[in-house]
Amino acid sequence: MEEKISQDFINDPFVQLRQDLGINKMDDQNDPVAMVLRHKDVRKCAHNYKTFKSGAVPGRIVVPSEVDIRDTRQIPFEVDPPEHGAYRSLLEDWFRRPLKEDYEQKLKGLIDKEIEKAIQSDQIEVVSELALHIQSRALTLLLNLPLQEAETWISWGTHVFRSEETKLDASKANILYNYIDSQIQLSKDKPGSDIYSVLLKTEYNGRLLTDEEIRGIMILTFAGGRDTVINMITNTVAYFAKNKAALNFIKSHPETIGKAVEELVRYFSPLTHMGRVVTEDTIVCEHAVKSNSRISLCWASANRDETVFENPNEVILDRKINPHVAFGFSHHKCLGAPHARQVLKLLLHSLIQKVESISINSHEDNLETWGAVQRRVGYHKLLVTISSLK
Amino acid sequence: MAKITFITTDGNEHVLEGSSGSLMELATDNNIHGIDGDCGGVCSCATCHVHVQADHWDKVGPPNQIEADMLEFDDKVTEYSRLACQIDLSQEIDGLVIHVAND
Ligand code: HEM
Ligand code: FES
Repeated sequence: MEEKISQDFINDPFVQLRQDLGINKMDDQNDPVAMVLRHKDVRKCAHNYKTFKSGAVPGRIVVPSEVDIRDTRQIPFEVDPPEHGAYRSLLEDWFRRPLKEDYEQKLKGLIDKEIEKAIQSDQIEVVSELALHIQSRALTLLLNLPLQEAETWISWGTHVFRSEETKLDASKANILYNYIDSQIQLSKDKPGSDIYSVLLKTEYNGRLLTDEEIRGIMILTFAGGRDTVINMITNTVAYFAKNKAALNFIKSHPETIGKAVEELVRYFSPLTHMGRVVTEDTIVCEHAVKSNSRISLCWASANRDETVFENPNEVILDRKINPHVAFGFSHHKCLGAPHARQVLKLLLHSLIQKVESISINSHEDNLETWGAVQRRVGYHKLLVTISSLK
Repeated sequence: MAKITFITTDGNEHVLEGSSGSLMELATDNNIHGIDGDCGGVCSCATCHVHVQADHWDKVGPPNQIEADMLEFDDKVTEYSRLACQIDLSQEIDGLVIHVAND
């Protein structure tokens, strides 16, 4: 039986508030957040780190707030300039390795293998059997670890940082923190060429990085690159299941893949928003915000701003001008973006080379609630059948 | 064919020739330092920021609104700033000299 498809399969739930007010006020554990919704305001506030800081109490710029479950500062994410730039410059070259040819080759090989496996099964659950597998195995390349290590991360399931029942779950988060501590210790005992060993040798301001700093970098790398990449992959599979013409379009125009990657990331906006702490009484989009309150930069809303994007709710795979902010903007723009872009690019290559069509058998939405607004960011479950190109 | 001179922040001059695509693509195809082209040329990353030599400004002209809004937040913006991905290679820009903005 065929599934009912809505044309607009990730809708824009912020449209009314963005046009009317420019702000969505929501509560979060008694620490309210004013979500900034317009493209121009989002970019302005992201750029203005002095008034809207990231370097608050660890966990506070995340929504829902993680202050009660985490003391470690995530680096460079929860640090402001100028220290931010000093940390970031230590990491930049490492995070640009995905653009190298041998990295791309290996990544292509492992994505092809996952797609071939998916084709061979009668039915596959995309989130836990495809997206999580690609995300975890791809991450071994970014961290320069043996492929085998991905098995541990896969065994954590998709709710390692946030259990389904209670949004914030300290015991779940501890699985990750303890794992990272043990990995740092292993690399101390037996240095190699993995990311831990490299960080253990890295100097910051004339001294070695501390264990706490390395922990902060690694927590961020695991947390920032997990749900985002899983949602990106799952939404991509769903999109091509619902739009067979889109898959055929890319098959006949493979040169548009670079633009398609940007457009899909804009449309999906796998990270909905990210917070900042206000350092002085100020005005955002004609709304007063108080010192020590929180705002958030709503990438997902900015990416549908009709004053910037023509037909914002349509996927235009070869969109030529696409100033989206799905990977953030200004100082903190995503360090994992070269890796994430390569994953999606190679996934598209794999799909057009191997797949005839995809059909959805059943699904369970992953809905986020932000005050009065609900947004579908991805799926909890997506059962599909993928058929092979003859 | 258009001949373009890229001057990188270390002061080195790189003379390149091309006939199609954008200045960003010409630069990344030739590994010009400081032009990364992360977004592939859709005006969303500003890693292709260049300063056009002042007396060549008329050859390329000013950015459109979307490009200008992107440049506005770049710390290295000047009155001669452009995004290289938004400039197409053509006979009209033959002889252009541009300075790469980033290290
Ligand atoms: C499609 C996938 C991804 C999306 C949509 C995404 C989105 C974002 C966004 C919006 C920010 C800015 C946060 C802010 O301004 O506070 C960010 C920062 C960051 N992301 Fe990603 N991300 C993705 C994948 C990844 C991956 C795979 C990694 C690494 C494994 C990663 C690591 C980081 C890091 C380290 C930062 C902080 C950079 C800084 O503070 O300077 N991300 N990401
Ligand atoms: S290449 Fe990204 S803005 Fe020019």
